[in-house]
Amino acid sequence: MTDPVGMSLAKVREVLGCEVLVAPPGWESVRVEAGCGADLMSDVLAFIKGGSLLLTGLTNAQTVRTAEVADVRAVICVRSKRPDASAVSLAQELGLPLLATPLPMFEACGRLHEAGLRGCTEVPAGGARGNELHQGV
Amino acid sequence: MSFTREFEIVGGDFASAGRVSTEIKAMLRGIGYPPDVIRRTAIASYEAEMNTVMYARRGSVRLGLEPGVIHLVFADEGPGIPDIGLAMQEGFSTATDEMRERGFGAGMGLPNIQRNADRLEITSEVGRGTRLDITVLTDEEAGR
Ligand SMILES: Nc1ncnc2c1ncn2[C@@H]1O[C@H](COP(=O)(O)OP(=O)(O)OP(=O)(O)O)[C@@H](O)[C@H]1O
Ligand SMILES: [Mg+2]
Repeated sequence: MTDPVGMSLAKVREVLGCEVLVAPPGWESVRVEAGCGADLMSDVLAFIKGGSLLLTGLTNAQTVRTAEVADVRAVICVRSKRPDASAVSLAQELGLPLLATPLPMFEACGRLHEAGLRGCTEVPAGGARGNELHQGV
Repeated sequence: MSFTREFEIVGGDFASAGRVSTEIKAMLRGIGYPPDVIRRTAIASYEAEMNTVMYARRGSVRLGLEPGVIHLVFADEGPGIPDIGLAMQEGFSTATDEMRERGFGAGMGLPNIQRNADRLEITSEVGRGTRLDITVLTDEEAGR
């Protein structure tokens, strides 16, 4: 019951061996409350909960835009994909942490889950109304 | 209190696609709406904006704020939607390969708008364009 929800980005980085591409001040202590792996932006908008971490194989600026719209707290590009320069500069502009991991999607999600990060259907409330998760930032 | 503001959207301009919705979201945040209302409005706006960019030549969105209500009216010049019932179905999409490579074309955009809005009205004329009337109620006790 009293388990702290989610995981800090510092821990996420450690678990996935991430390179940090955009590091807004204080990014390491930002907590993500659930994880979501997706390559279709409308799927992200339909299913992800506010306050989550997005793992994706997409590298364009729309990924960052979608994350911002859905109150996603950080984006991880999987399988060593390099985000486009436009994605990096948009993440900088919006103050959204952007990381890259060498792990492919399945393994990245699996390791985070094993380390205790829940999926978007495993945390209470949410969906289109998941802003409960957004409090206490 | 009532407030309106209009934004232009350029068809095919993927580089700045979504910028308008980011701006609207920042405005709503500045005004201090509840986070849930802001998120639902931003998602609906972004999906409609992306559809305008992907399918239309040009379009605009008018943001209207009244006590208790956020209105978004998207109007575009474009091909129109021949069968709105079909377009509303999850998974229906005419997106091109290029759009799919960018992460679009799940056929979830219009259903997402429906889910996040309190009211959605779509009118469209084939060969002319499409209009979306999106209403979000902002009172937390508004029944959501
Ligand atoms: N403004 C518009 N003008 C013309 N056609 C449209 C417009 N908006 C939607 N459509 C049509 O309706 C279909 C369904 O739209 P919807 O937004 O639900 O899915 P999508 O855009 O194909 O994929 P997604 O939104 O998941 O990325 C589109 O593929 C397109 O054929
Ligand atoms: Mg769409």
